[in-house]
Amino acid sequence: MYGIYNFVTGPLVWASFAIFIFGSIYRLISMYALAKKKDAVSLAYMDWKFSFRSIFNWLIPFNALGWKKNPVLTVVTYVFHICLLATPILLSAHIILIEESWGVSWWSLSDSTADIMTILVIAACAFFAGRRLYQKDVRFLTTGQDWLILAIAALPFITGFLAYHQLFNYQVMVIAHVLAGNIMIAAIPFTRLSHMFFAVFTRAYIGSEFGGIRKAKDW
Amino acid sequence: MGIQDRLIEDVGLREGVSRLTEDKIQKTVNAVIQGETGARLKAYAEICLRCGMCTEACHFYLSHDQDPTYAPAAKVKQTIGTLLANGGRVSPAQIYNMAQIAYSECNLCRRCVHFCPVGVDTAYMMITMRRICHKLGVTPQYIQDTAHSHSATFNQMWVKDDEWTDTLQWQEEEARDEFPDLRIPLDKEGADVYYSVIAPEPKFRTQLIYQAAAILHTAKIDWTMPAEPGWDNSDMCMFTGDFEMMGRLKRKHFESAQKLKVKRIVMGECGHAFRSVYDVGNRWAGWKHYPVPVVHSVEFFWELLTQGKIKLVSKYPGPVTLQDPCNIVRGRGLGDKLRDVIRILVDGEIVETASNREHNLCCSAGGGVINCGPPFKNSRVAACKAKADQLRATGVKTIIAPCHNCHGGLDDTVHKFELGMDIKFLGDIIYQCMERPEA
Repeated sequence: MYGIYNFVTGPLVWASFAIFIFGSIYRLISMYALAKKKDAVSLAYMDWKFSFRSIFNWLIPFNALGWKKNPVLTVVTYVFHICLLATPILLSAHIILIEESWGVSWWSLSDSTADIMTILVIAACAFFAGRRLYQKDVRFLTTGQDWLILAIAALPFITGFLAYHQLFNYQVMVIAHVLAGNIMIAAIPFTRLSHMFFAVFTRAYIGSEFGGIRKAKDW
Repeated sequence: MGIQDRLIEDVGLREGVSRLTEDKIQKTVNAVIQGETGARLKAYAEICLRCGMCTEACHFYLSHDQDPTYAPAAKVKQTIGTLLANGGRVSPAQIYNMAQIAYSECNLCRRCVHFCPVGVDTAYMMITMRRICHKLGVTPQYIQDTAHSHSATFNQMWVKDDEWTDTLQWQEEEARDEFPDLRIPLDKEGADVYYSVIAPEPKFRTQLIYQAAAILHTAKIDWTMPAEPGWDNSDMCMFTGDFEMMGRLKRKHFESAQKLKVKRIVMGECGHAFRSVYDVGNRWAGWKHYPVPVVHSVEFFWELLTQGKIKLVSKYPGPVTLQDPCNIVRGRGLGDKLRDVIRILVDGEIVETASNREHNLCCSAGGGVINCGPPFKNSRVAACKAKADQLRATGVKTIIAPCHNCHGGLDDTVHKFELGMDIKFLGDIIYQCMERPEA
């Protein structure tokens, strides 16, 4: 068991971060090269001011028309993304592991706050799953990829929650948790999770077109 | 539910798919995807999260009892999404379905852009689907006829060269009863304003040319119209997917203005032609912006009225509501100027529809949909139900719509949903209310 634990928390973490970092660099560079080759007519209109104007306006909850018209989804989406990103980075257990390895540490959430945030992520995933099953427009759109990324995003939190509360076999659960986390990190560049970085550019592009050419807001 | 249950018989689509095989389809699809698209399509296809946020944006969805197959992302899924998922290999029958969705169930109005957090441009996906259909020879017959006319005559309505100048002279002569020294100056070099129209004006809306001439004459504008092809600023090829022809049309239009060394082009009250000139056709022809300044009538009328070049003897009785055409408001930010012009012209308030300015609901006619002709008319007008509800809720009797497609679409909508409303161009009102020059 310790052998497996050491493997998933050691080499496998290195491997998944390497896949994430180099995979992301590869995806970004190859996408940029493709854009330069084939989308010159789009790139020509990219504009820093209007890019940031669009990104900024879409980051504000209930600012864009889409957020206003989907209020429940908006709340869940913001809570989900904030908790999804903040919990693992600010979790004391994660910070202790890093401190033991590298001697660096930073501010952490209290365990009870992190626990609530974990529950929020799991609840949000359940909400997303419910929409995919029961809301007819979303059900029509849903593909296997959508279930895959939902599972990839939910599993580290479900396993983390179970491990923290020592439900079922703790050792198995911790290993499952680390494994799920590794899968998520490595999957980012190669699944729909890539919206994490590509959405910045698609948002910036449509913002540039609307700001510079169409002289209208895009939110 | 679904496209199979609402197929419309169109001879252009039917004949087109009858010539196809799966091999031909795959070859053409992949030629377009690999040759003409790149990171933009790839990124959109990859990062659309199928969240359904755009669903509520679409008037087709809102007007069809919330049928999920009309949602923007659903239309992408059923068209280019299916092609990408299958490596371009689909059956001719599937191409028929895709063509009907792309040509007749999306107006390319881009309202859904305001709903998508990751910035997917559904209109781009739909126009790419139309491009593929064009290359496959599967286009609705009526709009293809206008594209053929563009190819043969450089105008949309088969207007012959002599008919064009005859029509202008006929309108000039008519107008001289009312304005004795009015001229429609043809090919006047170095004029301040080159006035361009869409071909339906000389074909069957000649009163719009009369009105424009009356307004330009009254405002003492130094203006001209070209006597030769290039005068039509419209562009159905942009909507059929015939981009080669779209580029030729825009080049012809700009070169016609350049040849006359005019200072700027002023366009009539048209939306799609404006889109073609400032946003789409210019790019294909290699101009980042445009080589000759182009001013839409809304902006031009705003100048004339605020600079006192046109004075009013009366005001049009309000209250009124207005239609924000997607291509000039969501597409070119003229919403404020449009309202300024209306405030000057109308005695009474502007009652806004529930969705307005950039967030306006589409008239369901633009993007080439009305040009697909009678076979698709019922489905087009049915998709305007959400708009009709908003118009009825304003409780007013007049809609101001400064766009030919909006005008045509709303005309059908007012009839079908028995709204009992009049639809006016700005030019109609200016012509009616302006102070005439002393004879």
